[in-house]
Amino acid sequence: MYVSVKGGEAAIRRAHRLLADRRRGARDVAEIVPDQIREQLSLAVDRVMNEGALHDRDLAALAVKQARGDLIEAAFLVRAYRTTLPRFGASRPIDTGAMAVERRISATYKDLPGGQILGPTFDYTHRLIDFALASEGETPAPERLDAPSGDGPAAEIPRVTELLAMEGLIEAEPESDDETAVGDLTRAPLRIPAGRDLRLQQLARGDEGFLLALGYSTQRGYGSTHPFAGEIRIGAVEVDFEAPELGFAVPLGAITVSECQMINQFAGSSKVAPTFTRGYGLAFGQVERKVMAMALVDRALRTEELGGAVTAPAQDQEFVLSHADNVQATGFVEHLKLPHYVDFQAELALVRAMRAEHEARIEAEFLDEDGLEEAAE
Amino acid sequence: MNAPLSPQTAPAATGYNFAYLDEQTKRMIRRALLKAVAIPGHQVPFAARDMPMPYGWGTGGIQVTAAILGSGDVLKVIDQGADDTTNAVSIRAFFQKTANVAVTTRTAEATVIQTRHRIPEKPLKAGQTLVFQVPIPEPLRFLEPRETETRVMHALADYGLMHVKLYEDIAKHGHIAKTYAYPVEVEGRYVMDPSPIPKFDNPKLSMSPALQLFGAGREKRIYALPPFTRVKSLDFEDHPFEPTRFEAPCALCGATDSYLDEVVTDDRGTRMFVCSDTDHCEERRADGHRGLLAGDDLVDTITREADVERDDGAPIVPLP
Amino acid sequence: MPMPIPISTPPLLEARGLTKFYGDRLGCRDVSFDIREGEVLAIVGESGSGKSTLLSLLSGQLPASAGEVLYRTRAGEIRDLAALSEAERRFLFRTDWGFVHQDAARGLRMGVSAGGNVGERLMAVGARSYGAIRAKAEDWLDRVEIDPTRIDEPPTAYSGGMRQRLQIARNLVTAPRLVFMDEPTGGLDVSVQARLLDLVRRLVADMGLAVIVVTHDLAVARLLSHRIMVMKQGRVIEEGLTDRVLDDPRAAYTQLLVSSILQP
Repeated sequence: MYVSVKGGEAAIRRAHRLLADRRRGARDVAEIVPDQIREQLSLAVDRVMNEGALHDRDLAALAVKQARGDLIEAAFLVRAYRTTLPRFGASRPIDTGAMAVERRISATYKDLPGGQILGPTFDYTHRLIDFALASEGETPAPERLDAPSGDGPAAEIPRVTELLAMEGLIEAEPESDDETAVGDLTRAPLRIPAGRDLRLQQLARGDEGFLLALGYSTQRGYGSTHPFAGEIRIGAVEVDFEAPELGFAVPLGAITVSECQMINQFAGSSKVAPTFTRGYGLAFGQVERKVMAMALVDRALRTEELGGAVTAPAQDQEFVLSHADNVQATGFVEHLKLPHYVDFQAELALVRAMRAEHEARIEAEFLDEDGLEEAAE
Repeated sequence: MNAPLSPQTAPAATGYNFAYLDEQTKRMIRRALLKAVAIPGHQVPFAARDMPMPYGWGTGGIQVTAAILGSGDVLKVIDQGADDTTNAVSIRAFFQKTANVAVTTRTAEATVIQTRHRIPEKPLKAGQTLVFQVPIPEPLRFLEPRETETRVMHALADYGLMHVKLYEDIAKHGHIAKTYAYPVEVEGRYVMDPSPIPKFDNPKLSMSPALQLFGAGREKRIYALPPFTRVKSLDFEDHPFEPTRFEAPCALCGATDSYLDEVVTDDRGTRMFVCSDTDHCEERRADGHRGLLAGDDLVDTITREADVERDDGAPIVPLP
Repeated sequence: MPMPIPISTPPLLEARGLTKFYGDRLGCRDVSFDIREGEVLAIVGESGSGKSTLLSLLSGQLPASAGEVLYRTRAGEIRDLAALSEAERRFLFRTDWGFVHQDAARGLRMGVSAGGNVGERLMAVGARSYGAIRAKAEDWLDRVEIDPTRIDEPPTAYSGGMRQRLQIARNLVTAPRLVFMDEPTGGLDVSVQARLLDLVRRLVADMGLAVIVVTHDLAVARLLSHRIMVMKQGRVIEEGLTDRVLDDPRAAYTQLLVSSILQP
């Protein structure tokens, strides 16, 4: 029917009502509340905060509920909300060296100052479905060791990269520079080539699956970076905000972040002695896979800066930065659902005309052959 | 556009600023628009925001519209030429909710028309603004994927490659096989993607008394054609640009000069052709024009089954 | 060997003290020479001798660490290549210069028909008549001994020798004055090489082209060039008229090179 391709406001309204119903599911099952999502699906909440580019656990949990568990859709909801928020300024850089560490591991040293702290990890669990979780029953509280005495964690858990830096074996950390403003890709269009500040921002917001695949590709030879997981640390850090009218920093509270410092082999160049180089990943919450992949891709994107030839997808700034954002990607892929019948009509007419020409040509050739045969007879 | 562009109070119901975007963002977009108008056909980067619609669904056009909309404006939104396609309905509802502006389906009454894939059939007037939703603003994109390179090509007007593509079409097909998003040259300088409008609409781009603005949200680009800009569709002297022509008139209103949608009317492949511009078609029928296939019965059926009503039950498409 | 060109005409291109370092590594050092219209200069040496670096410096594709390249434009101005704007450099490249790559895939658009490949430069400088562009492309295919009825086929349908000839046609269609060639016969069969060299020699003579050809093959140098520069480890160790250098090599290295090939 002619009318079936057109939609009306009523149709849209009904579709959305049906969507709400499907989101709720069977009414004899208790409705999930955002608190449950925040507390019990916390890794989903973390992912939504990162890809939604907004640290708000409650909002992210609500978005997960509204999106029926579709995490890209949830990130999208958070992003659209974020657009409307006023911006007061930027926080002081967080100090992950002063982190209240919950997990901290290094793959480069067996033992090191501060020790290996496993924390809450899936590592070394056997991936066996735990049927006990399907039934009720309280989860026991974690064991607690007596808190170590001392000046607090900061003094005791130095970063692995600092250990290497003492020997001069790793490239110096870029000087932090309070004068130069850090770019903000949500407030200025991203121009390629982009500085590392903007690249890391885009990676932090980027799709975890995309970064994972890119990071993986560098391990399989598409732009190898010879990485070692120097250190992964997860825990709470203080966020300080310096309000211009106050003139000093005030603490806003603590957030949990994951940080990964990849250490990569580097043979040196004509100007630079052989040294280790850094790939860096940092994101909200407990998102170990994300920050590891991010660190691999960050290092791969530094290929040109370090004098290497850009040959692999993960090293290609324009390719990586243009396609990392899943809210953009999902919108554009899904826009193929929108009507295209004006364009399709144009193509339809063209293909029909070309087919008619093709048939006419075949027919003409056929007639020619006939003619030749007749002439030969 | 007809009201002063000053901060305006939000409609109480939504809790959002007038037309959704905050005033700082609107100012940023207007600066990009001014630059775009000053350099016709040149793509101006702008810091597109995440919008509550998906990328690729008109976020660029929506941001441009939000930045220029004033409380006195009358807004028309079309997709594929029609006011009642789902995405047009959704975008119109968005601005009704966030800006509470008057809306219309009549081209002549609108001050701002946001469109996807079409230019209205009725010639636009001075004072009207046409806002295009653009998916890929870069006309050279499928010839050269790198932004860093296409930027240089535009800067140097290095457009030989574009003509190679057209040459190849003629060599292969005997004609330029581009039917929509047909590239144009603006005032003899920039090559521009007119958005995926059918090439049928290309001639309307040139010397239009209306202001034409193009917004690409995902790609973060804005470009513009100020009124009375010369726009030429790329071609060869001996293979001149030819807009699409239709063999049959509109089955409903009998128009012979409009872009037609092909409608399959049953499962045996029976087809009819009707105006893609629904407002144009309705206006013609109201004026008494009749197509070959459509009596008043069919028109009534279509209008009823299209189920076009607003939340308050008032029909959004004026009946003839 | 072709006849030498009289030295009275002013040089088309002049290199003065060209030097290139890649970090600490030497690309080439202190190369000076000049070339006139109608003249073919061969730069010979083993791989790694710096001849490809030199070609990139001469064609403005690499910035030099020291030295300069001067070019006489059609308007008669002498311009320092390093001082050209990107727009001027690109304009030179699509009008007054040609570049024939060893790998045809770098010099051709492999997905575009032969006609499109030859026509690209014409369209880049404003040709807008399909018929005229096509006629000119057909004429050029014919001149490089490609059957003009194959004008609509892409280079992927062509043999290696045909691809090189197509590259030449694509470059010469705008009647350039200077053509760079980087191992133009590399990877081709001997009989195919001979045909290509013969063609190039004829076109050079007909059009009065200046050609700078980089090759490791002394036979190519002998057949094409008026003069030879022999490079080793980034430096020019011997230069002179082709016959003189090949028949009476002075540097020990050149003697080694010459003795390693069959004499004609």
